[in-house]
Amino acid sequence: MNKPLDTLSAPTRRTLLVGATVVGGALLVGCSIPDALSAGSKFKPGAFGPFLKLAADGTVTVVSKHIEFGQGSHAGLAAIVAEELDADWTKVVVEQAPANAKLYGTPMMFGMQGTGGSSAINSSWTLLRTAGAAARTMLVEAAAKTWGVPAAEITVSNGIVSHASGKQSGFGPLVAEAARITPPEAPKLKDPKTFTLVGSDRVRRKDSLVKSNGTARYTQDVVLPDMLVAMVAHAPRFGATVKSFDDSAAKKVPGVVAVHKIPTGVAVVAQSTWAAKQGRDALKVTWDETKAEKRSSSQILATYKDMATGKTPAPEKNGWAAFDAKGDGAKATAGTNALEIAYDFPFLAHATMEPMNCVAMVGKGPTRLVFGSQFPTLDQINTAKIATALPGSVEIETLFAGGSFGRRANFASDYVSECVHIAKKVGGGRPVKLVWTREDDMRAGYFRPMVHHTVRVTTDAEGYPATWRHRIVSQSIMKGSPAGTPKLDDSAIEGTKGSPYLKATPVVDAQLLIADTGVPVLWWRSVGATHTAYVMEHTIDQLAKRAGKDAVAYRRALYQKAGATRHLAVLDLAAEKAGWTSPAPAGWTRGVAVHESFGSVVAQVAEVKMENGQPKVGRVVTAIDCGTAISPDQIAAQMEGGTCYGLSAAMYGVITLTEGVVDQGNFDTYRVLRNSEAPTVETYILPSANPPTGVGEPGTPVIGPAVANAILALTGKPTLSQPFVKV
Amino acid sequence: MATTVDVNGRALQVNAAPDTPLLWVLRDELGLTGTKYGCGIAQCGACTVLIDGQAMRSCQMPVSAVGAAKVTTIEGLGGTHPLQEAWVKLDVPQCGYCQSGQIMSAVALLAQNAKPDDAAITAAMDGNICRCGAYQRIRAAIKVAASTPVTAAAKV
Repeated sequence: MNKPLDTLSAPTRRTLLVGATVVGGALLVGCSIPDALSAGSKFKPGAFGPFLKLAADGTVTVVSKHIEFGQGSHAGLAAIVAEELDADWTKVVVEQAPANAKLYGTPMMFGMQGTGGSSAINSSWTLLRTAGAAARTMLVEAAAKTWGVPAAEITVSNGIVSHASGKQSGFGPLVAEAARITPPEAPKLKDPKTFTLVGSDRVRRKDSLVKSNGTARYTQDVVLPDMLVAMVAHAPRFGATVKSFDDSAAKKVPGVVAVHKIPTGVAVVAQSTWAAKQGRDALKVTWDETKAEKRSSSQILATYKDMATGKTPAPEKNGWAAFDAKGDGAKATAGTNALEIAYDFPFLAHATMEPMNCVAMVGKGPTRLVFGSQFPTLDQINTAKIATALPGSVEIETLFAGGSFGRRANFASDYVSECVHIAKKVGGGRPVKLVWTREDDMRAGYFRPMVHHTVRVTTDAEGYPATWRHRIVSQSIMKGSPAGTPKLDDSAIEGTKGSPYLKATPVVDAQLLIADTGVPVLWWRSVGATHTAYVMEHTIDQLAKRAGKDAVAYRRALYQKAGATRHLAVLDLAAEKAGWTSPAPAGWTRGVAVHESFGSVVAQVAEVKMENGQPKVGRVVTAIDCGTAISPDQIAAQMEGGTCYGLSAAMYGVITLTEGVVDQGNFDTYRVLRNSEAPTVETYILPSANPPTGVGEPGTPVIGPAVANAILALTGKPTLSQPFVKV
Repeated sequence: MATTVDVNGRALQVNAAPDTPLLWVLRDELGLTGTKYGCGIAQCGACTVLIDGQAMRSCQMPVSAVGAAKVTTIEGLGGTHPLQEAWVKLDVPQCGYCQSGQIMSAVALLAQNAKPDDAAITAAMDGNICRCGAYQRIRAAIKVAASTPVTAAAKV
């Protein structure tokens, strides 16, 4: 899940407590939220706490409260523990934590356990340093006791505990004794200047081997005794329900075991994936479309545009909400020679390589899920509602996920709930694996919202913004959250809100209108920044061009005015490494963009040329300030990957609806970036002593505007809608 | 109806209906789950296996069409193939879901072209989608493997 932390903490204490107690049926009022959400859990951590296990053979197991779905968190989390523990990095392995909000919840996510907002490392930094340091203290005391020497004389380095007398030991032989020692509550942490592992190139992924030999275990690969495979016929339009169905042909397919009506459609349960698919495809379902969304995406966008211009009044229940107002707002609609532009962004599918899936067991023993759970606490709550259990008693074994980019976490736990409904019908605790085809996945919604921006900027005598009027129309991702739909959904405005350009502008009038459609929407890697970064950065280049100023120099002046020192630093670093002041290689044009998201600031300079009428991106120089760098290699990997994800969307990404039906279904109609189109990204990390900030998402939103700015430099024309390449 | 398929050097009996895609036979019946389902229409390459050394999409090949051909899956590479070692050395995988297919396409490429240039690499790898965007490391790892003294690479 990719929510900014402040909006995730929006649900009130009361709403969550009620949510937990209602489903459990027990009165849990009076205990803390993590207590309430973990009630029923039988899990108990070991002697070294919930984040660390030490074995007699010397193996150090770091327990990750976060899923690994590509972002590299497992390596970073392990390195934080290993650093303070002075462990031998080669003996460190990572294990996925069970679902338990009390032990593994994140305070910033209101005590729920989940992964999102590029917060895994940031939220674990002090927690895991403390866990590592505490275990180190326990090992030292155990050695002191065993050897009869003062603890103060003992040193630990690279997994070896030593005393000046010559006595030394690996961790293994000391573990039994150390486990009897009470963990110190506030162990002394290292001076970061003495780090030997954190920030070094030795911090590498722990899962590359299993992901290169076919043995990494994903939900798709789960095989359990007696397991059945399920596929579901979903309604072609959002909001439709099953009216009636004919399963006679489906039941004749060899291997089909049963057909069940569930809230989201009709499920075929079979002995194999192929049988389930053939059975599902043979169903004849009639849908009740009374409440279905029947509009085309083009109609929805037209409505947004009319709302932005005031031609259509705002919906009564929502209305415009100001998120930045400064100076005399009336001036923002006055003045001459304004730059007036509008931008359109389409719905986007996450299109993870592994389509959504889940394995559930209901009806005998504890309800159990095995899958790539991005937000275990939400999945427990939603499962508990269906299976009638205490949320904390729902066991979740979290596996690797073949990508998520936000898709695997939503307030309804959509595909998880679907699987639990089917497993409940099957009953007896029999494992049911729900498999979505690519088409099921792409047409299931939970898209990046369609968004419309209008911007009107007047400039001062030197060409810098004097007044800035901004209107955004979008659906709310937070609709359906435990706290209800906020009028000012931060996830729709972040990046415009807080922009250094607005800080540097004397008069600002910026407002959001939450629109509503029947299409489910969700956070999508970098969330609000997917559109706000584009609008702010592409607008700035158009303003610089009008002012006859260099794009880097123009930004520099505004950052200085706004006091945006981190923006300035990454801009300077990227410009220097890209050779901004010298001519681009023959045939290539440079574009620059800078954006802050999830606590990190990223600047990119992209080299672009037009090839067969579409942009081709070559070298991309990236500079990032992400606080303390844990794994420089994985930070680079996330910049490389985030750039491809963002470029894919900017170039090709679009989900359209025709009379409510999603037009795209697979990679033949939903085009994504391929190897020959992928740029070569160079990453430079700004040295910093600050706590680590986000890396998984901040690399995504900058490339789109950087490319658009290069096209502007090349052709003189702005690019006001995505995707750049129309199919 | 039982048929015999040669997978990773072993003659295995399978009972799936003849029109069942090889992908589901490998995964559901033979337990070889390293080969992945990604799209089902030969667009993404996650299901890539070698059929007599040629990279093929197993999601679109009925098991009945395999005949006497030799099928090699990621499990058949043994884990120490120069490409697999290069993949680990450069930490190519992110989510990792597409990487079996990526590696199998790369194996087929190096078998035909031991020292591919950039254009040959992207041409051979363009059918394999990676949504994490590990593309530049995939290109780099293929070059690393291509510069490794040829041993196992030529065998498959």
